[in-house]
Amino acid sequence: MLKITNLHASVGGTEILHGVDLAVDAGQVHAIMGPNGSGKSTLAQVMAGHPAYEVTQGSIEFQGEDLLALEPQERAQKGLFMAFQYPVEIRGITNAYFLRSAVNAIRKARGEEEYDTIDFLDVLDEKLEAIGWDDSFLNRAVNEGFSGGEKKRNEILQMAVLEPTLAVLDETDSGLDIDAVRVVAEAVNKFRSPDRSTIVVTHYQRILNYLEPDVVHVLHEGRIVRSGDKALAVELEEKGYDWLRAEVAAG
Amino acid sequence: MTTPIEQQVNKAYQYGWETDIESDKAPVGLNEDIIRLISDKKSEPEWLLEWRLKAYRHWLTLEEPDWPNVKYGPIDYQAIHYYAAPKQQKRLDSLDDVDPKLLETFDKLGIPLSEQKRLTGVAVDAVFDSVSVATTFKATLKKAGVIFLPFSEAVQEYPDLVRQYLGTVVPHTDNYFAALNSAVFTDGSFVFIPKGVRCPMELSTYFRINAASTGQFERTLIVAEDGAYVSYLEGCSAPMRDENQLHAAVVELVALDDAQIKYATVQNWYPGDPETGVGGIYNFVTKRGACRGRNSKISWTQVETGSAITWKYPGCILQGDNSIGEFYSVALTNNFQQADTGTKMIHIGKNTRSTIVSKGISAGKGQNTYRGLVKIMKGAENARNYSQCDSMLIGDQCGAHTFPYIDVRNSSAVMEHEASTSKVGEDQIFYCQQRGLSAEDAVSMVVNGFCKQVFKELPMEFAVEAQNLLAINLEGSVG
Repeated sequence: MLKITNLHASVGGTEILHGVDLAVDAGQVHAIMGPNGSGKSTLAQVMAGHPAYEVTQGSIEFQGEDLLALEPQERAQKGLFMAFQYPVEIRGITNAYFLRSAVNAIRKARGEEEYDTIDFLDVLDEKLEAIGWDDSFLNRAVNEGFSGGEKKRNEILQMAVLEPTLAVLDETDSGLDIDAVRVVAEAVNKFRSPDRSTIVVTHYQRILNYLEPDVVHVLHEGRIVRSGDKALAVELEEKGYDWLRAEVAAG
Repeated sequence: MTTPIEQQVNKAYQYGWETDIESDKAPVGLNEDIIRLISDKKSEPEWLLEWRLKAYRHWLTLEEPDWPNVKYGPIDYQAIHYYAAPKQQKRLDSLDDVDPKLLETFDKLGIPLSEQKRLTGVAVDAVFDSVSVATTFKATLKKAGVIFLPFSEAVQEYPDLVRQYLGTVVPHTDNYFAALNSAVFTDGSFVFIPKGVRCPMELSTYFRINAASTGQFERTLIVAEDGAYVSYLEGCSAPMRDENQLHAAVVELVALDDAQIKYATVQNWYPGDPETGVGGIYNFVTKRGACRGRNSKISWTQVETGSAITWKYPGCILQGDNSIGEFYSVALTNNFQQADTGTKMIHIGKNTRSTIVSKGISAGKGQNTYRGLVKIMKGAENARNYSQCDSMLIGDQCGAHTFPYIDVRNSSAVMEHEASTSKVGEDQIFYCQQRGLSAEDAVSMVVNGFCKQVFKELPMEFAVEAQNLLAINLEGSVG
């Protein structure tokens, strides 16, 4: 589904990623962990195509296509979704309108029929019910006046509605209390399926308790320095990143 | 490298074509003979000619104002044709007599005048250069008692009504451009809603400047008698030309007891060349409403997307007790456009209320100024004003300026003022793109969200048109 090879990327002339290799199969959940400044969010932003990041070397193949050749919206239309670490506010535009515009833009790009307002509300209701949320979100302006937790939940709602084939969650758990982490994780689990993959970028192991990742990677100074199963996350939680730093330094 | 926002903020002006039609123009320049000629062309009564001449003589004593926050070269008032009309042999009795080229022009602008195609529920007066070419639904309106006529016809048919109200809200001494307009105004609309009548449909006037080297000086007068209601909308466009063309209009509104007037403008004059700033319309307009009666209400809604320079302050004189004035504005300046616009709310009566919501959008090298006056006079017990001025910047070469003037002479007044400035960021656009929307749709969504408070004041069809206009005029402008 996703194959990242020797990816180098920089922002403002400073190289952040120094050769990342990563392969994710359909249906898998991968966790990318690492300390602050290791390049986790950069990796997510580069996948999504943020214009501030420049790829200087390497490639990303997504469902057999050259992802880096596509505009951000084309990546979204082909099924890539990123839950933002800092979701953006859009004044005067309701969540319901925003979601419908997004879904319809994607459907249009795929040659599918666009939803009218009524049909779309049915689709929304179904998603809300599936993740156990009420519709109070829908008529508020996108993220405006939302608490940190509400913004993150809103990202997950968008993911549920847009049904991506690959979802990248960029520190969706940070800033959430333990109950909110569980709620978000459960919503992500509901949308797991054999043809969907998820990459969870996180600082902490706690969200992984609910998500059951297939593979855990540790990103350090712009490279993946270790990959393993869930036990790696537990080990990191116990020992902290310093232990790994020392080990990497020792070669 | 251009950013997604840059790529999308500049789309070309769509209404820049010219209609090839022979026109009957007054000689270039301005003097008393020209004014006599205009008055004669319109077969005006003597009093109106005198009124024009008085205004002209006053104008000669005035200096062009230099306080607006806009820059432009000197205007040569002797290089303008003050009257231009498509050649037409006789007075028009029905649309069948109208030159098909004119009908085509308005069709192309999306303002169909022919019987089968016209918008249901909207009566349209179409003004081409200095004359009105057609007014639809005249008969239906007449049945309801509503007068909706080209100004020059109203002068013929209802001279006493015109004389009673003309210049009572914006006197010829008001300002430089109002004086000029009073001297040389050509056509415009006259609306009269008698006592207790609710106008059965939206009224609309569409102004088109076509001829080269001409100015457009229209005059609109709307009177709503006791308990009357009317909703009125004006739209405008012009061909692309390298010269600057002057548009100096005057609009006067009068609302008597319990009357309500809603006046909306969707302004899309040619803004000048996007690359060089050459050409474009100078839109120097005076609009004012008088809430003369108790419980009367006047609302101004404007969406200003065109013109090289916009200078206008639609205001309300809140004379009647409990009267209400409202001003909702979206002003967009892109490329080399400059706007100095806002409102004046003059509270005279008791318990008068005013609301000001101004949304300024600057893109490219555009300069956008809000200038507003709220004045509470001594006798205006318990007056209230709420003002909100929001500016949005797209790119880093544009400017937003706010000059609110507040003058309170009665201590019972309650004044609220809010202001904000925001930037359409790459992050906002990227967020929308990541959800599958194009950069173009993203900018338009962010801007439309910003303007929502104003758009919801427009009649439905026009709100949609305003949104589209904004999207078109934003194409390609950010840096």
